Amino acid sequence: MATLPEVAFGPAESILDKIEHDRRAAGGRITSDDLIPLLQEIQKAYGYLPLPVLMWVSERTGIPTSRMYAVITFYGQFYLEPHGKHTVTFCRGTSCHVRGGKKVLDMAKSLLGIDEGETTDDMLFSLETVACLGACAFSPVMVVDGKYYGKLTARRAERILRQLMQEESRKEH
Amino acid sequence: MERLSSLDQLRAWHQRAQAALAEPRKVLALCSTGCRAVGSLEVADALEAEIDRRGLGDTVTVKRTGCHGFCEQGPIVVIRPERIFYAHVEPDDAAEIIGRTVLEGELIERLLFTDPATKQKIQREQDVPFYSKQTRVTLRYNGVIDPLVIEDYVALDGYVAMAKALSEMSPEQVIDEVREAGLRGRGGAGFPTGVKWGFCRKSPGDEKYLICNADEGLPGAFMDRSVLEGAPHAVIDGMIIAAYAIGASHGIIYVRAEYPIAVRTCRTALQQARDAGLLGKNILGTGFDFDIIVREGAGAYVCGEETALIASLEGERGMPRPRPPFPAQIGYKGKPTNINNVETLANVPPIILKGKDWYQSIGTQGSKGTKIFALVGKVKNRGLVEVPMGTTLREIVFDIGGGIPENREFKAVQMGGPSGGYVPAQFLDLPIDYDSVNEIGSVMVAGGIIVLDEDNCIVDITRFLAEFLHNESCGKCAPCRIGTRQTVDILTRICNGDGQEGDIERLECLANVMKNASLCGLGQAAPNPVLSSLDYFRDEYEEHIREKRCRASVCESLAGTLERFA
Repeated sequence: MATLPEVAFGPAESILDKIEHDRRAAGGRITSDDLIPLLQEIQKAYGYLPLPVLMWVSERTGIPTSRMYAVITFYGQFYLEPHGKHTVTFCRGTSCHVRGGKKVLDMAKSLLGIDEGETTDDMLFSLETVACLGACAFSPVMVVDGKYYGKLTARRAERILRQLMQEESRKEH
Repeated sequence: MERLSSLDQLRAWHQRAQAALAEPRKVLALCSTGCRAVGSLEVADALEAEIDRRGLGDTVTVKRTGCHGFCEQGPIVVIRPERIFYAHVEPDDAAEIIGRTVLEGELIERLLFTDPATKQKIQREQDVPFYSKQTRVTLRYNGVIDPLVIEDYVALDGYVAMAKALSEMSPEQVIDEVREAGLRGRGGAGFPTGVKWGFCRKSPGDEKYLICNADEGLPGAFMDRSVLEGAPHAVIDGMIIAAYAIGASHGIIYVRAEYPIAVRTCRTALQQARDAGLLGKNILGTGFDFDIIVREGAGAYVCGEETALIASLEGERGMPRPRPPFPAQIGYKGKPTNINNVETLANVPPIILKGKDWYQSIGTQGSKGTKIFALVGKVKNRGLVEVPMGTTLREIVFDIGGGIPENREFKAVQMGGPSGGYVPAQFLDLPIDYDSVNEIGSVMVAGGIIVLDEDNCIVDITRFLAEFLHNESCGKCAPCRIGTRQTVDILTRICNGDGQEGDIERLECLANVMKNASLCGLGQAAPNPVLSSLDYFRDEYEEHIREKRCRASVCESLAGTLERFA
């Protein structure tokens, strides 16, 4: 078996403590009802779902890791691998599609050299797609680290991404 | 603020909020949600900086509202009370807007909207054709109030409907009023809301749940997002009334994680309502207990289906289960559960406040009230549109939407989401309501209206929708799991120029199996785009297969139409 990465349990501990505290205040305990919000919080804190943390959470809550794995692999939101520093999300909704969204996405794939769902080797960029961002009136749309960019063309999106790449390479030198 | 403990205190608050609203003030309203994608927050900051610089803070306010609807022209600034309408505003315009328009009352010509039909500059919001042809019931707060300020909602009769229901009506009376008003579920199926409430009310059990389904997964739609982000208190108001009617003490808003602004807005609004005593124990001293929590979805389209949504809340893979038993009998945690869509719930307060007769006066025989549509795709005025049920597609696409850009030809609209269908040009004058669109096949009154022009290839879009449904199929039942895969494979080879004789028949055969044998709505409705496109655009499939030609020049492996390369 491959060695597990070293991660601190501190953030997970405070998340569990808080949920446990809330449940106890209401006269209950952590149940599988809490699983998805719990995973969401852990991913928020670590950027992904590290296996050692999941095993530790499993031991403390009694929710089996197999059960966690079933849920994690079902929902598009969860990742078991670390994500890049910047997340570039492309909307693949119908409105973006009919207004040429695929061309913009293809540009990003070739510019970053990765496919959707992947992260660059230098861990700087992850490329994601989502079903719809609900910003259909501005399609095609992409989101870079939480900031929305609308009415894109491949050229405009390329300018935005190149600028970010340049900033990163400047930082490196 | 102090917790309200009686109806009189709510009335007094309502009057105070109204009085505050009546103070002479200039308000600059900007969309702080959707228009972020085109820089509205930077405009708001620039306007505020200018107000500060000139020391006008006491008489001029910037209001960060929900979506105004006319997204195409964003960022929009509406200056009240005059309702001066400025489009495509940039941060650099701030000084001039404050200096000339707010202080001097002069209009800035270049920021005014030009009506493309008459080439006239339009000064006031209410004269912009995009708005003047709409009837705004559920969207009446959008672009007007700050969603994060509860007093804004209270001033405009907010929570008055809830107070009326709790104090003057029995739960049965509330159910009757909503049923007789004719409200039908806005999620797509169109089931009568009052009847659904009645089932849950009659279902035995002392613990019941009310869930607001805000898992708006339909690509191309953002109605629920806009209502939640623009007027979260209207949804909470409706939820309290619904909970009272069915006898629920726990509420959940299940909202997509892809809508981070909606999640934050809901959480803030719920805390405000709780602090004001509108949620919690003994609401307004009526003895009714009800509270609401927010749960974020985790990115699965199928969770819009009621039983899958419940599975997801219970920490399971979001897979549907066979019905019956319906959630009204056995739902969340095994308890009777009622699930309504956001837009449905936002319709409830006005029904209670103005009565069923008023509501019945809007819409058609079988479909009452208004419907919000996201009008997107190849249309000039993209945005959010609320019209009475029974409005024709022509009025929506051409009168409100302004028609097709760049002199292209209208081809069809795709509506009802990815499991909806196409409505071609011959039905432009069909009144859009639940019953009429059902008649033309496989279309639901839900989702966005995605306008397609001659440059869109129907086979390509159908393949795109099929791929979406295949990705989102939960895999529990074979007809959907295998059927969506096979559908995508066949459509992909048709688009790639490898289509074979008999592929159309194979698609139809798959569609029939999926329709009849799938477990839930996702699989049953998955073939709709295929069937609907074959009904109206079979010749395009035949061209792809036999002539290896894509008339829209979209499918790259196929020959296009020469004139498009010229």
